Amino acid sequence: MAASAGSLRIASVQRSVMERARAHPARLTAAALLALVVTVVLGVGLGSVAVSPGDILGILARHVLGLPIVSTWPPAAETIVLELRLPRVLTAVVVGGGLAVAGATFQGLLRNPLADPYVLGTASGAALGAAIAVVIPVRIAILEFGLVQLLAFIGAVLAIAIVYRLSRSGPLAPLTGLLLTGYAVGSLLAAGLSMAMYLSGSSLRQIFSYLLGGLDGSSWLRLAGTTPIIVVGSAAILLRARSLNALLLGEEAASHLGIDVGRERTILLGLASLVTAAAVSICGLVGFVGLVIPHLVRLVTGPGARRLLPLSAIGGAILLVLADVVARLLGEIPVGVVTAAIGAPFFLVILRRARTGYEL
Amino acid sequence: MIDADLHPAARQWPPIVELRDVTAAYRSRPVLEGIDLAIAPGERVAIVGPNGAGKSSLLRVMSGILRPSRGSALLAGDPIELLDRRTVARRLAVVPQASTLPFATRVEELVGLGRIPHEDPFRGHRPVDRAAIAAAIDRVGVGHLLGRDARELSLGERQLVLIALAVAQDAPLILLDEPTVHLDIRHQVQVMELLVDLNRRDGATVVAVVHDLRFAAHFFGRTVVVDRAQIVADDVPGRALDADRIREVFGVDPALVRSGLPPAELEPAPI
Repeated sequence: MAASAGSLRIASVQRSVMERARAHPARLTAAALLALVVTVVLGVGLGSVAVSPGDILGILARHVLGLPIVSTWPPAAETIVLELRLPRVLTAVVVGGGLAVAGATFQGLLRNPLADPYVLGTASGAALGAAIAVVIPVRIAILEFGLVQLLAFIGAVLAIAIVYRLSRSGPLAPLTGLLLTGYAVGSLLAAGLSMAMYLSGSSLRQIFSYLLGGLDGSSWLRLAGTTPIIVVGSAAILLRARSLNALLLGEEAASHLGIDVGRERTILLGLASLVTAAAVSICGLVGFVGLVIPHLVRLVTGPGARRLLPLSAIGGAILLVLADVVARLLGEIPVGVVTAAIGAPFFLVILRRARTGYEL
Repeated sequence: MIDADLHPAARQWPPIVELRDVTAAYRSRPVLEGIDLAIAPGERVAIVGPNGAGKSSLLRVMSGILRPSRGSALLAGDPIELLDRRTVARRLAVVPQASTLPFATRVEELVGLGRIPHEDPFRGHRPVDRAAIAAAIDRVGVGHLLGRDARELSLGERQLVLIALAVAQDAPLILLDEPTVHLDIRHQVQVMELLVDLNRRDGATVVAVVHDLRFAAHFFGRTVVVDRAQIVADDVPGRALDADRIREVFGVDPALVRSGLPPAELEPAPI
């Protein structure tokens, strides 16, 4: 009895916190951004060699902002922060944010709470591309982008292009067609991936680590190569928030609200797929961020895309930075394992506490 | 096409909706054949007919979703296929089907979707949009449902909220496809009275596919009977739904439905 009263009180406190967050979107965004900054500093500081937050801020102020700050830290800390940790943490920010935005977009576009950035075959395409790059005895590198990254990107984009083309010619309704075609093409590509893994011999581990995702390959150049795609793509999706909102009611109703549904579907699908492809090309198939974060954010903001997308980006960034810290501290285990291990229980708790259920 | 003595509103010109010799097909199955129909601003029109007769297709041609294979559909004088969707959405609102929402959506968020044709594409709702949402919620009388997840509402409450969405859209023409389906009798009457009120007080033109012939007769000034892809009657309810036609089109004993109907010579239908 007492326990249930207590949990009721907790629930009502949570509800009032959520209500306030909903009523003041600017404050909510500011709080989320602050949390992101704290997480980034944490992410840069933690690792096999810890760097104190003060030193991190000092190093950043001196080297990024050019302020005349006297160095009180060991020189090795500078290398660790600037060459290793910072590009890695910023990659986690960009990739986590991009995957969450892409996930929110796919969920809205397909009107399916189970959708994630990989649902229409991008993951299988990228994985097959990466596996082919590992298996064939060709090594190239353009600005630190090796064959794995290039073929993963191309594979993801090609997969979604094929799914889109095939789904348009069939007799099915557009959404059903997309989902079923995505599933079919994904299965086919997965067969190719299995074949490549079977043939890979000693490089199997390399393919496997791509499938699980990881940020250990991060570098400034790779970050610079993919950030524009992810940031511009996500921003372009945000500018189409109206269309995503209208699609909440279904495709025909969206059309009655003045949305050119066919066109918007193509554009949003293309943008979300590009963002996904860029993200997985450098980090592998990091799972769960794109599925969980949009749901968590919706619980606070509601389904409106204008608030959902930016906060999903911030939330995805925070989750991936934290997951990467854990992965690093546990001796470079694959980050996808961590996102699933953190994300799944958290998701379950939130779903149980949520006032409203999820219908499928 | 329109008799001078049909209905006072029908004499207004130009029509807000006009279909000229419209023939349309779904995957080569003809659903409308040679339809001529003109609806004047301020009318309240019920479309009735058996299942599969083409009623919904008629609405879909009016809203520009279904393109005629022959003939043309005009919206306030303009061919609808030449208008972009946003312009169409400012001229006509279609009350959406109560389909399942994929995510928890509050009543006010749902009604707010009606502002999509008007809102700033980038900045979202401005004060004028928020005022329109509040006005629509007040007009339809769903203020007591604010803050609730629209998916947890009863069907009757949800239907009222969806009508509020269409009211927020602020279009002179409202189309509805079977707005009272699955509702209990109290909500059915509530929805019908709301449509009459929107028509009378706000001057909205209302075109609805209605299954219950007694409702069509009681709440609408004009009845369009559709059967096998064609309009077989277009008149005041008392004449459009005479005993022979009910027997012929619907295949039921007219006494079943005409008991509540006004006599054929009475016009227009009493409210």
